[in-house]
Amino acid sequence: MSRIAGSETEVVIGDLRRRYVPLTSTIFAMLLGLLPIVASSLWVPNLAFLILLTWRLVRPEIWQAQVALGFGLLADLIVPGAPLGQSMLLWTMIFLGLDYADYLFGARDYWLDWTLATAAILFHSAGVWYIALLMGAKVSIIIMIPQLVLSILAYPLMARIVLRLDRWRLSR
Amino acid sequence: MAPPSKRRPGFSRRAQYGVFIGYVIAIAGCLVAALLLAIAIIDPRGFQTLRSMAADVTAPISNAGRSIAGFFSGIGDTVGNYWNAAGQNAELRQQLEEAQRELNSRRALEYENRRLLALLGLAQQADDEVTSARITSSSFQSPRRLATLAAGSGSGVTPGMPVRNADGLIGRVLEGGRWASRVLLVTDGASNVPVRLVRDGTPALAVGRGDGTIELRTLEVGQNPFRRGDILVTSGAGGLFPPNIPVATVIGHEGERAIARPIADPARLDFAIVQRIYQPAAGEDGDLNTARPVAPAAPVPALPPQQGQPQTPSPGRQSNPRYQPALQQQAPAQNTAAAR
Repeated sequence: MSRIAGSETEVVIGDLRRRYVPLTSTIFAMLLGLLPIVASSLWVPNLAFLILLTWRLVRPEIWQAQVALGFGLLADLIVPGAPLGQSMLLWTMIFLGLDYADYLFGARDYWLDWTLATAAILFHSAGVWYIALLMGAKVSIIIMIPQLVLSILAYPLMARIVLRLDRWRLSR
Repeated sequence: MAPPSKRRPGFSRRAQYGVFIGYVIAIAGCLVAALLLAIAIIDPRGFQTLRSMAADVTAPISNAGRSIAGFFSGIGDTVGNYWNAAGQNAELRQQLEEAQRELNSRRALEYENRRLLALLGLAQQADDEVTSARITSSSFQSPRRLATLAAGSGSGVTPGMPVRNADGLIGRVLEGGRWASRVLLVTDGASNVPVRLVRDGTPALAVGRGDGTIELRTLEVGQNPFRRGDILVTSGAGGLFPPNIPVATVIGHEGERAIARPIADPARLDFAIVQRIYQPAAGEDGDLNTARPVAPAAPVPALPPQQGQPQTPSPGRQSNPRYQPALQQQAPAQNTAAAR
């Protein structure tokens, strides 16, 4: 696994990988929202949000809270269905909340990670529902439940994907 | 392992200020985002340029994905067709014969229809189709039910136009870019479509519930005239949606409310037709395309008698009269079909 870099190019490629894998994977997940799927009910988890949240929990040191603003703006523009500002507001608030949680708990283990992810997903779903309500879509909160449950159950899977990406990112 | 603290990144003043400024930016950004949201709520068209630009930029991705998905599902179909060729041939021949017979009777009806319209003094409206385009993607990760249509202002699509396919109503255009536009589906919580029951003409409002179904609200309190299997069509009341486009089928009741399912199945939306905005009394503003009665016509007596206040658009205010007689011939037929 570990070896001495053969050339300058390999060093540059390794550096790019180390810097941009989290960013690229999150944007890729965002673009998955443009897939030609027309679903009549809501159950697909918000993949961009899940990947972003998992990166934040797995690697707390790579991103500061303001990064969520940029990602949120991009998500609001790219993915249909959200008014401008929705993801910006919710994601940044979640990042700030997680910073506070880090301050409270210090070290985290897997179960605490999942609990924090659950809390973040609950907050996000409630926020999305309330903003839809304010935008005039008077839907019952019950329709959010399938997506909520699937998102919470998908967290371990996301953590594995992100950990594998992270290992590849830091490999030499 | 405890993560390295972001709150105190060491003794460097510079690094500490960096972290502090990061939090200031994040909190200020939250406030800006809340402001943007407030603007979006007060004036949903506020950022239309920006949003429609984003729709234009992202539309090719969905389009490409769409053709790839179509290609792969197409392979399966083609192979299946090859194996079932003989059986399918016989079946198609039979269907063709049936269709031919039906077509002949339709032609007779159409002729009669035209004759009656001429009798009433109504002119046929020019074709009200703006364009037809593919539905490419939808907001499947959000509680809103929006779809992306691969046509925009370049093909004459403007916000508010009704969108339908051959089966029934899909929704209306919410915002439009140059090459792509967003469609508010009838199942979205913010969509209200004035409908009426085909069986007896009872007016109602079809409000989306966000989960693929539609809630029906009657305008009269205390009675629920909807039965399982009833079909609802647009009534044309209030303009926007032209009358007599099929909207939904009643699937059951939840307590006091009647629940319906849209007839145009959103999951297999393919091509959609964008129509002109329907204006019930458009003939008065001098638009040559719209119909004008020569003489005030009496209400058509063919409608079955009904209690309450049936919403019968008088022929004098119909701008698109093609649909009207067809409905009146259909209504008793469907009644008997339901009875059987």
